[in-house]
Amino acid sequence: MGPRTPSRLVAMYGLLTILAILFIFPMVFMVAGAFKPDSLVLAEGNTIRAFWPTDANLDNFVGAFRRGRFGQLFVNSAIISTSVVALGLVVNSLMGYALARLPFRGAKLLLLAVIALTIIPLEAVAIPLLWMMSQVGLRNTYIVQILPFIANPLFVYLFYTFFLGIPRDLEEAARVDGAGPVTTFLRVSAPLAKPAYATVGILSFLFIWGQLLWPVLVTSGPDVRPLPLGISVFVTQPPISWGQIMAFAFMMTIPLLVLFIVFQRWFVQSVASSGVKG
Amino acid sequence: MSTTDAQPAPVETAGPDTGRRPQTSSRRRRLAGVAFTLPGVLLLLLFLAGPFLMALGLSFTSERLASPLPTRFIGFDNYVATFTSSSFRKALGNNVWFTAIVVPVQTSLALGLAILVNQRLRGVRIYRAIYFSPVVVVMTVAATVWLLMYSPDRGLLNGILSLISFGTLQSDWLQSETMALPSIMIMSIWQGVGFQMIIILAGLQEISGDLYEAAAIDGATPWQRFVFITVPQLRNTLIFVGTVTMILSFRLFDQVWVMTRGAPLGNTNTMMLEMVNIGFEQQQIARGSAIAVIFFLIVLTLTLIQRRFLKEEVN
Repeated sequence: MGPRTPSRLVAMYGLLTILAILFIFPMVFMVAGAFKPDSLVLAEGNTIRAFWPTDANLDNFVGAFRRGRFGQLFVNSAIISTSVVALGLVVNSLMGYALARLPFRGAKLLLLAVIALTIIPLEAVAIPLLWMMSQVGLRNTYIVQILPFIANPLFVYLFYTFFLGIPRDLEEAARVDGAGPVTTFLRVSAPLAKPAYATVGILSFLFIWGQLLWPVLVTSGPDVRPLPLGISVFVTQPPISWGQIMAFAFMMTIPLLVLFIVFQRWFVQSVASSGVKG
Repeated sequence: MSTTDAQPAPVETAGPDTGRRPQTSSRRRRLAGVAFTLPGVLLLLLFLAGPFLMALGLSFTSERLASPLPTRFIGFDNYVATFTSSSFRKALGNNVWFTAIVVPVQTSLALGLAILVNQRLRGVRIYRAIYFSPVVVVMTVAATVWLLMYSPDRGLLNGILSLISFGTLQSDWLQSETMALPSIMIMSIWQGVGFQMIIILAGLQEISGDLYEAAAIDGATPWQRFVFITVPQLRNTLIFVGTVTMILSFRLFDQVWVMTRGAPLGNTNTMMLEMVNIGFEQQQIARGSAIAVIFFLIVLTLTLIQRRFLKEEVN
């Protein structure tokens, strides 16, 4: 990238920093708003003090819990998201492994079907799925928000390609020692596939934690409502309190933010590998 | 593929099994194959393949979510009704307009950012993390925060505009007929560009340094290196990113649900919002299914075009 003169370096860091400010200022605004008195969020909203938590206190957080029912909605989201991620890791990895390693009748055809299914987005099946779920009376439950998202053809395919890339030698050694397919999978193959589990886990958590369309269709009360729908309801719930809304938004971001900071390297690799399909 | 088969009893044989152990072993493995795939197959049939076929079927009927009337086969009526509805046509137009602007802008921005954070500079990882961080703020949260920032009288953006233009520039943003959709575009790009940046960055890091060194020896300018090495080497990545962004543009829902619900005058209405309005709010499952099928056909077309372009690369 050209010679590294000091002036070039300064210009480069200047550009990087200006961009960083553009990316980060809405979040600073959100955090500042969460801590300042509700009336000041609007009053200072169009001034430079929008970025400063004037008279910082925790009232908005209390309000987000009381009026926005943040606690209940957080529990709902946590139950739904962890169930989808955990069950999804099991189901999708087993299927990906079988397609890559265990010969059975129709395996090739099934693989083709899985690849074909990756084209169908949730949005294309949401309405008939809503119809199905109301026929069996499952609306407004946790189950209806978990079951449809466990099996995911893209994740099956990611696991399939990963298991395909693991050397066979270790598995064969285990088999020669008399280990059955289940033991071989649990003791040898699955531990080797940790990167694939991390990738799929992060991508599926990112997706399910933010999911809005499906909860709009199948939930009607705060008892099973997840956070993304919760915040869209809270924004319209009179009297509108922007301070409490910002506190809600900030708290809703914390779990993913912590995961991102702790597992940054994995996040980056997960996203990068979501592009390997091409 | 073939491993060291020096063992006396081959573990896997194509021909008839002779030994006792291999036979039971391969039978067990076949059984395990079926058992391992069964949960996934059932769930995919029940929640993806099944509903997809059902969408096709329902779209030719008069089915409603809760109705005493019997379901009738009505041919293409739902499709005709959908395409003659001015609100659907406007929604589709908005999606097309959104795609036409966001795909090139977001992809080029992502490419620029990826090149910036691909430099060997101290602290560049921190900048990369910052550019990526809006992805971690899920779309509904981003939309909520921007909703307040876009407020015409007390919003941060008008505050900033007013400051840098000495009070001459102001916008009604989401409440303006002309600015509403562009406002949603800006917010969407802010939230999503980091994702594309990371994918392109992975592509950049696979380009061999030799190519750049050879170009440097030949005296190529940075611009020439970008045009003749970076872009062609990234061809597949850019096609992938472009197509994914296109598909996301047709899935546009969360932002408009939180920020505008299609207002003003349907100027931010989208296909997905229309599908939810018709299929859920108005309980017209059949017409909603027709919109779902139309949406799927768009996604399918985009995917097939992408595959075609990617194939050309191989030849």
